[in-house]
Amino acid sequence: MDFLDVFMPVVWFVILALFLLLYVILDGFDLGVGILSLTSPSEKQRTLLMASLGSIWDANETWLVLMGGALFGAFPLAYGTILKALYGPIYLMILGLILRAVAFEFRENAIDKRPWNLTFGFGSLLAAASQGICLGTVLSGLPTDADGHFIGSPWIWVNGSSLVVALTLIQGYVLIGSTYLILKTSGELQQLHVRTARLAAATTLGGALLITATSPFVSETLRARLFDPAFLPFFVLLPLLGIALIVQLFRSLSLGQEVWPFVYTVLLFVLSFAGLGVMVFPAIIPPSITIFEASSSVTSMVFMLTFIGVLIPIMLFYNIYNYIAFSGKVDAEPDQV
Amino acid sequence: MDWLADTVVLSRMQFALTAIFHMLWPVLSTGLAIFLVILEALWLRTQNPLYYRQARFWAKLYVLNFGIGVASGLPMEFQFGTNWAPLSEFVGDFFGAVLGFEGAMAFMLEAGFLGIMLFGWNRVPPVIHFLSTVMVAFGANLSVFWILSANSWLQTPAGGSFSDGHFHVENYFTAINNPFMLRSVLHMSLATVETSMLVVAAISAWSLLSGKAEEFFSFSFRLALVVLLVVAPLQIVAGHESGLQVAEHQPTKLAAMEAIWENQAAGEAPPWTVIVAPDENGGRNRWAVGLPGGLSWILEGRPRLSQDVRGLNSWPADQRPRMVGLIFYAFRLMAGIGVAVAALMGLTVLLWWRTGLTPEFFRRQAWLSWCWILAAPAGYLAIESGWIVRCVGRQPWTVYGQLRTSEAASQLPAQEVLISLSSFAVLYGVLLVFALVFGARLIRKGPDLTLDPPTGPVRGPLPLPAD
Ligand code: HDD
Ligand code: HEM
Ligand code: HEM
Repeated sequence: MDFLDVFMPVVWFVILALFLLLYVILDGFDLGVGILSLTSPSEKQRTLLMASLGSIWDANETWLVLMGGALFGAFPLAYGTILKALYGPIYLMILGLILRAVAFEFRENAIDKRPWNLTFGFGSLLAAASQGICLGTVLSGLPTDADGHFIGSPWIWVNGSSLVVALTLIQGYVLIGSTYLILKTSGELQQLHVRTARLAAATTLGGALLITATSPFVSETLRARLFDPAFLPFFVLLPLLGIALIVQLFRSLSLGQEVWPFVYTVLLFVLSFAGLGVMVFPAIIPPSITIFEASSSVTSMVFMLTFIGVLIPIMLFYNIYNYIAFSGKVDAEPDQV
Repeated sequence: MDWLADTVVLSRMQFALTAIFHMLWPVLSTGLAIFLVILEALWLRTQNPLYYRQARFWAKLYVLNFGIGVASGLPMEFQFGTNWAPLSEFVGDFFGAVLGFEGAMAFMLEAGFLGIMLFGWNRVPPVIHFLSTVMVAFGANLSVFWILSANSWLQTPAGGSFSDGHFHVENYFTAINNPFMLRSVLHMSLATVETSMLVVAAISAWSLLSGKAEEFFSFSFRLALVVLLVVAPLQIVAGHESGLQVAEHQPTKLAAMEAIWENQAAGEAPPWTVIVAPDENGGRNRWAVGLPGGLSWILEGRPRLSQDVRGLNSWPADQRPRMVGLIFYAFRLMAGIGVAVAALMGLTVLLWWRTGLTPEFFRRQAWLSWCWILAAPAGYLAIESGWIVRCVGRQPWTVYGQLRTSEAASQLPAQEVLISLSSFAVLYGVLLVFALVFGARLIRKGPDLTLDPPTGPVRGPLPLPAD
C-alpha cells in the first residue's frame, strides 16, 4: 500500500471523529436542555431554557449533517452498511430531531404552548435515546459479508447492551445540559440545575461503569482489545483520568463554580470518546471492516480534504464568534433596554 | 396491493414524499434571504426605519419556514444511507463528497450566521449584522448549487468511469460541472427567487386589500414586482434552456414530456401537443390536441425538424419512464404557470405606470389582488411539478443510463419502510397544517410599525423568543 492509502483514511477517521465529538458535545447539551425542559416548574423558566439555545441549536445540529456528508464521501461503504443496519433507530432519531426543531418555531407562535413543550422535550429525549442505541449497536458489532454488506437482522438494535448505552447517553446529555444551564442562568434556576447535574453525574458514572464491565461479554473483538497488552497503557490511563475529572466535577459543583462544571463535563466527553476510539480503531464497521476497506478512492479523499479541511478552522471560527456574540446569562436583569 | 410488500416501490414513495415536502421550505430559505439582504442594505444606506421594520417582519416568516426546512432536510440526507445503500456505495466517491461540501460550505454557513441575523440586532455592530444576513443568503444559495450539481450528475453522469459496481472519478471539476449543472442551477435559483417574490407580493396584496399597513405593504409589493420584472421573463428563457438540455441528453425524458410514442423523422413538422390521453399499455395516445407544426418551433426554432426525435416505443419497455401522463401534465403545468406569472407581472407593471398602483387602486381592482394572492401557491406548484418532470422522467434510472432505481434501493423488510413512510406522511401532513396556521397568524398580525431601530450593540440579557 502507498503512504496515502494508509494516511488518508486515518485522516478522515480523525476528522469524522472530530465532527462527531463536536456534535455530541454541542447538540448534546441542546438535547440535554430539551430533556430537562420536561421538568421545568414554570412556563417562564422553560422559556429561559429555550432562549439559551435559540441562537445556536441549528448550528449545533449541523455538525451531525456534516458528519453524515463526510462519512458518505470518505467511507461510502460504511455509510450504506451502518445506516441500513440501523434503519429503525436512525428513523427514530430523525423523528426526534424533526419534532425538536419544529417545536422551537411553533411554540413561539402558539398561544397554548403545552403541546409544543411536550414535543420539544420528548423529541429531544427520543433523539438522544436513538443516538445511544445506534452507538451501542455499532460498538457491539454489525455482522457483514465479505464485501462489507450488512447481513444481520433488522432488529439487531433491540438488545440489552444497546439499551444500557442509550440510557447512559441520555444521562450524559442531561449532565452536559445541566452544566450548560449553570453557565447560562442564575438564581433559583441555576440551583435547580446544580442538583440535576449532580444526579446526572452519578447516573452517568454508573452507566459508564456498567458499559465497561459488560463490554467484554458483548463482543469478542472488544474483549480482545481490552486485554491486548499493547493497549494496556490506554486502558489504565483513561479510567484514572476519568476518575480525576469526576472528582473535580463534583468539587466544582459544591463550590458553586459556574464555568468549571461545564469544562469538566466536556473533558469527560472527550475522554469517553477517546476511549471508544481506542476500542474500535481501525474498524469503521465493527467488528471487522476497517477504514482501509471501506474508504472511497484516495483521489476522492484528497479532493474532499482540500475543500473541507480548509473550512474546518473557518467553521470553528464563526461558530465561536456566534457563541461570543451571545455570551452572558439568559435571565440577567436588563442593564439597558 | 402488491406494492405494499415491494421495498423498492415503498422507498421510492418515501423519497418522493420527503423530497416534495422538503422542497416546500428551501424556496423561502434561499429566495427570501436575498430579499432580506436587499432590505437591510436599504436600511443601512438610508437609515429609514421603514426598511428596518420590513427586514424584521419578513424575517419572522423566514424563521418559521427555516426550522421546518432544516428538519425536513435531515431525512433526505440519511435516506441515501438507509434506503439507497447500494446507490451510496456506487456513487459515494462523487456524490458523498458533494454532500460533504454542501454541509461544510453551505449548511454550516447558514446555520452559523442565522442566530446573529435573527437575534443579534442589539448584539453586534450593524455592519456585522448585515454581513451575517449576507452569509445566510450566500450559504442557502450555495446549498442550491451543490445539491443541484449532485442531482444534475445523476441526470448526466460525467467526469469518470463506471466499473465493478463503482463510479471512479477522474476529473472532479468535470463531474461537478456536468452537462446539466449550469442550466439546472440557474433554473432552480430563479425558481426560488421568483416564488419567494410571489409570496411577498401575495401577502402584500392581501394586506392592501384589507387596508392594513398600506405604506408598508405598498413598498414590499413594489419591491417584489421590481425583482419579478427581471426574474419572471428570465425564468422562461432558463426553462426553455432546460428543455433543450433534456432534448440533447435525455431523449427518453423528452419523449415522455411530449407524449411522443413514434419516431418523428427529420424534415417533418409534427404538432406540439397541449392535451393528451396517453395509453401506456397500448403505446399510443388515445387522442391529442395540439398546435400544428409546433414541436419543431419549440425544440429548434424552425418550421421543420432537422433531426429525428425518438418516440417512446423505440425503447424496450424497461428502458423508458412510466407515468407518461404525469410527466406530460406536470411539465405543462409548470410552463403554463411560468408564462402566466410573467403575463401577470407585465400587466401589473403596465398598470403601475398608468395609475401609480395606489392602495385605493388595489381595493377597487380586487381581481388583481386575487390574481397575485393565487400566484404564490402557483409558484410552489410549478416548483414541485418541475421536480416531478425531472425525477420521474429520469426513471427507470437513478443514475441515468448507469444504475437502475431497482438496483439502487436497499433490501429492507417492506414493513419497516411502510412504517416509516406512513408515519412521515402523517407527520408531514400535521406539520404543514400547523405551519400554515402559524404563518397565517403572523401575516394577520402584520408588521410592528412602532418598532425602533437598534441604537448600537448592548451587552444585556439574551433576547427571549417572545421579543
Ligand atoms: C432549493 C434547493 C434545495 C434542494 C433541491 C434540496 N435542498 Fe435540502 N436544503 C436547502 C436547499 C435544498 C436549504 C435552503 O439550504 C435548506 C432549507 C432550510 C435550510 O436550513 O437549508 C436545506 C436543508 C437541508 C438539510 C438540513 C441542513 C441543516 O441542518 O442546516 C439537509 C440535510 C438537506 N437539506 C439535504 C438535502 C438533500 C439530501 C436533498 C436532495 C435529495 C435536498 N436537501 C434537496
Ligand atoms: C436535488 C436534490 C435531489 C436529489 C439528489 C434527488 C435524488 C433522487 C433519488 C436518489 C431518488 C430515488 C431513486 C429514484 O427513484 O430514482 C429520487 C426520486 C424522486 N425524487 Fe428526487 N432528488 C432531489 C430532489 C427532489 C425534489 C426537490 C423533488 C420534489 C419536489 C424530487 C422528487 C422526486 C420524486 C417524485 C421521486 C420519485 C421518482 C420515482 O421513483 O418515480 N426530488 N430523487
Ligand atoms: C415557460 C416556462 C418553463 C419551462 C419551459 C420550464 C422547463 C423546465 C424543464 C424542461 C425542466 C426539466 C429539467 C430536467 O428534467 O432536467 C424543468 C425543471 C424545473 N422547473 Fe421549470 N420551466 C418553466 C417554468 C418554471 C417555473 C415558473 C418554475 C418555478 C417557479 C420552475 C421550476 C422548476 C424546477 C424547480 C425544476 C426542477 C429543477 C431544475 O431542473 O432546475 N419552472 N423546467
